[in-house]
Amino acid sequence: MSSIPNNLKYASSHEWARDDGNGIYTVGITEHAQGLLGDMVFVELPEVGDAVTQGDDCAVAESVKAASDIYAPLSGEIVEVNEALADSPELVNSNPYEDGWMFKIKIADEAELSALLDAAGYKNSIDE
Amino acid sequence: MANQTALHGKHLEAGAKMVDFFGWDMPINYGSQIEEHHAVRRDAGMFDVSHMTIVDLKGANTRAFLRYLLANDVAKLTVPGKALYSGMLNEAGGVIDDLIVYFLQEDFFRLVVNSATREKDLAHINKEAAAFNVSVTERPEFAMIAVQGPNAKAKVAMLLTAEQQAAVAGMKPFFGVQAGDLFIATTGYTGEDGYEIALPNEQAADFWQKLLDAGVAPAGLGARDTLRLEAGMNLYGQDMDETVSPLAANMGWTIAWAPEERNFIGRKALEQHKAAGTHKLVGLVMEAKGVLRHGQRVVVEGGEGEITSGTFSPTLGFSIAMARVPATVGDSAEVDIRGKMVPVKVVKPAFVRMGKKVI
Repeated sequence: MSSIPNNLKYASSHEWARDDGNGIYTVGITEHAQGLLGDMVFVELPEVGDAVTQGDDCAVAESVKAASDIYAPLSGEIVEVNEALADSPELVNSNPYEDGWMFKIKIADEAELSALLDAAGYKNSIDE
Repeated sequence: MANQTALHGKHLEAGAKMVDFFGWDMPINYGSQIEEHHAVRRDAGMFDVSHMTIVDLKGANTRAFLRYLLANDVAKLTVPGKALYSGMLNEAGGVIDDLIVYFLQEDFFRLVVNSATREKDLAHINKEAAAFNVSVTERPEFAMIAVQGPNAKAKVAMLLTAEQQAAVAGMKPFFGVQAGDLFIATTGYTGEDGYEIALPNEQAADFWQKLLDAGVAPAGLGARDTLRLEAGMNLYGQDMDETVSPLAANMGWTIAWAPEERNFIGRKALEQHKAAGTHKLVGLVMEAKGVLRHGQRVVVEGGEGEITSGTFSPTLGFSIAMARVPATVGDSAEVDIRGKMVPVKVVKPAFVRMGKKVI
């Protein structure tokens, strides 16, 4: 069974979002998702300043197995991306909730948070 | 209910992630595909390949039968134990399967064919064998373990009796020998040194455990695929199938044209393919970030083709692929990766052998 921290919000498409205060949310993919994808070899991230829309694809995670779209869990502006993933994409596998984060969004509309799942809801959605 | 090999319990015990592979419940990895890949290139790894089909052919006319059945010529097999890689073609010159044939005795040859094509292979072989009065016997009572890597042979040797060690001593590549309960062959699908070992199902788990204890790392189908692609070896169903000429699948070297009077299934069609010209299977190398994948469009000089197999190469640190393209191809091409045209180098389809880069 994979870890699903209680302090995060989740999209059913397997992204997590963490409230860092001041309307900034850090985004990554769940441990369950990295397990499905297998060893990560390349992560194509959005650019700082990009505007993203909740539910739209904004990054690509390439594992040895497949290329998978990563969807923005919230709308807003990209304010930072995880540069460390350029040289160490395997951080997404080894530490998906901390060092393996992907990007930070300055969110546009707090109301969108209601569309995300809590840990229990996400756990149900992946049926573990 | 999916088929299970005799090693199924060992895979679960090791925490393997299991997937359905053409009706078999098989390990895709035991944690990290990339680490398993490196274990094979740098030390020793092992694969459960018991899902593959062993077929024994017996009868006085077996050699004549195989000279008709296969595009490669078993007349080349003059020393008992010697093996040959060949395509088995249909009348249209398409590849029904690729296989390894071992010459064991004049009236006894052994085939190892793919599991995904088992039923159609057996149907085809049985149908053609009738006229030659050759008996066709599947051997599901054998498990098969591939032990591969620079240290594979030394680690296997620790498990062998003195007689078995003597039987395999100095055995050249592409040979097989029955040594006690083990059929040990110097073949593989990784581009590394090593053995493929067939043994009775009931002994497989114990043998696997002894290999584990000798420091051989279990490796799954994921690593098997990246290793064979680095080695430039075809995967049936992906790089070729019944609609593809071996000439368009980098299998020209497996077609024995001489002697001209040898008639084999598909020969007439192949002669036409050769005269008319075919596409060719080439290697692609992309040093920019990203991963080449099966099905991506490839634009080359004089036309377009398609990637048949693509992956990230753990040994090289960038992406490689095999692609079928017009024969007019030059030494560079462009691949359509999700709408973006990315430049790639065109090379011979072999990237890594014996742990070393060959491009």
